[in-house]
Amino acid sequence: MFDWMMNFYSGLPTVIQILIGIQLIVIPLMLAVAYTTFAERKVIGYAHVRVGPNRVGPRGWLQPIADALKLLTKEVILPTNANRFLFLSAPVLTIAPALAAWAVIPFFEGGALADVNAGLLYLLALTSLGVYGIIIAGWASNSKYALLGSLRSAAQLVSYEIAMGFALVGVLMAAGTLNVGGIVEAQSGSMYHWFLLPLLPLFFVYFISGIAETNRAPFDVAEGESEIVAGFHVEYSGMAFAVFFLAEYANMILISALVAILFLGGWLSPFQGILPQAAFDLPVIGALLGHGIHWFLFKTAVFLFAFLWFRATFPRYRYDQIMRLGWKVLIPVTILWLFVEGVLVAFNVGPWFA
Amino acid sequence: MKALRRYLKSFLFFELLLGLRLTGRYLLSRKFTVQYPDEKTPMSPRFRGLHALRRYPNGEERCIACKLCEAVCPALAITIDSEERADGTRRTTRYDIDLFKCIFCGFCEEACPVDSIVETHIFEYHFENRGEQIMTKDKLLAIGDRFEKEIAEARAVDAPYR
Repeated sequence: MFDWMMNFYSGLPTVIQILIGIQLIVIPLMLAVAYTTFAERKVIGYAHVRVGPNRVGPRGWLQPIADALKLLTKEVILPTNANRFLFLSAPVLTIAPALAAWAVIPFFEGGALADVNAGLLYLLALTSLGVYGIIIAGWASNSKYALLGSLRSAAQLVSYEIAMGFALVGVLMAAGTLNVGGIVEAQSGSMYHWFLLPLLPLFFVYFISGIAETNRAPFDVAEGESEIVAGFHVEYSGMAFAVFFLAEYANMILISALVAILFLGGWLSPFQGILPQAAFDLPVIGALLGHGIHWFLFKTAVFLFAFLWFRATFPRYRYDQIMRLGWKVLIPVTILWLFVEGVLVAFNVGPWFA
Repeated sequence: MKALRRYLKSFLFFELLLGLRLTGRYLLSRKFTVQYPDEKTPMSPRFRGLHALRRYPNGEERCIACKLCEAVCPALAITIDSEERADGTRRTTRYDIDLFKCIFCGFCEEACPVDSIVETHIFEYHFENRGEQIMTKDKLLAIGDRFEKEIAEARAVDAPYR
């Protein structure tokens, strides 16, 4: 059955193959986004010693479906004097990079839609593109709160982009390749070969700037509901608002996936090189212990949970503190560690830079 | 030295980890939520809910139209008209409580010399039309007839403390 499907698939024209691949990524991703919103409400609820949504469907599992239906049936209100074209294209500009970035993510060995050689540059470019959607949304809304929110978010994203880029430079110095699949390959060997240990400061810098990049708590001044109502998407309603929401959560999942790939060896199993080879030859357990998409998903889920946990724990940063953290702490730390890493590479310190 | 320690603390996310530990602990602890329509919190016998007018066991209504409740009501929610019956007793012809005005203070129940007007444990009720918030004598008596057992039990439990 599987062979027949693979034969059928490889017989299709390339365009159809790519389209099938896109469906295989985007549909589960959208489902994951829907259930991340549910998980967020549950996790925050649990942290508040409440139970969270549990009324729609068994244990509340249909809640995201109900939310989506509600938003779909609502009216998209255009503010008076808003620029219609920009107002409606802003959500599209936000979600398009968030989805397009998934093209180079390797879900398992060779499991990327596009095996681009400069994959890391592509990711860097696309994650920075998201800010245009936010700025355009804030400007086109013709509302002072939206404009304030988008300006804040723009300044914040530009600042953290630098630290994020430097952290990526560290990763590519260690891996010696820009290909995302190649970066994962470079971490194979055992758990200690992952870049988490040699690049620990860069890992923290990357995750922190990833949180800032997605405008999530504690860096969510772009939304700041207590100060500027909801920031750049105050004027949005219905499906236009939902698209912003989808983009935010797709970005969260993307950042979690990237952290898993760049620092925790993506699809690589943590047991590789630790357990004897015989363990991987066992019928079912061996497949679970070995490399595979399940490890990638598990690592991603851990960081996704961290996103939600942080939101439940930390109060919002003051704006000048955000700028201070970005420019005066994260960037010096990354530069310092790039220097240390350069020394490590020059002297071939093993097992990472051997 | 102190500055260095503070530097190190902030670099190792010491305080952030403390915060995460706190929320993490609550994340796993037992939830306080009472799933309202399925579960309910215990209710005191002194609970002051919807009003009722009671009757004596022989079926005669208790209220003697003394209008003490009307006088004591701080929200002026009670309106009473009375007449003399053929047997010479004084009874109400009209006994209205406006639930929009009522503040459920329970003074009417305290003022009543014959334990006629009482506040029951009923709190789940709603109005769908204008005017339904006026509890007329018939409605109040009907509630009293229906819940007489619970009303009497609650009064008996609370009696030693009155």
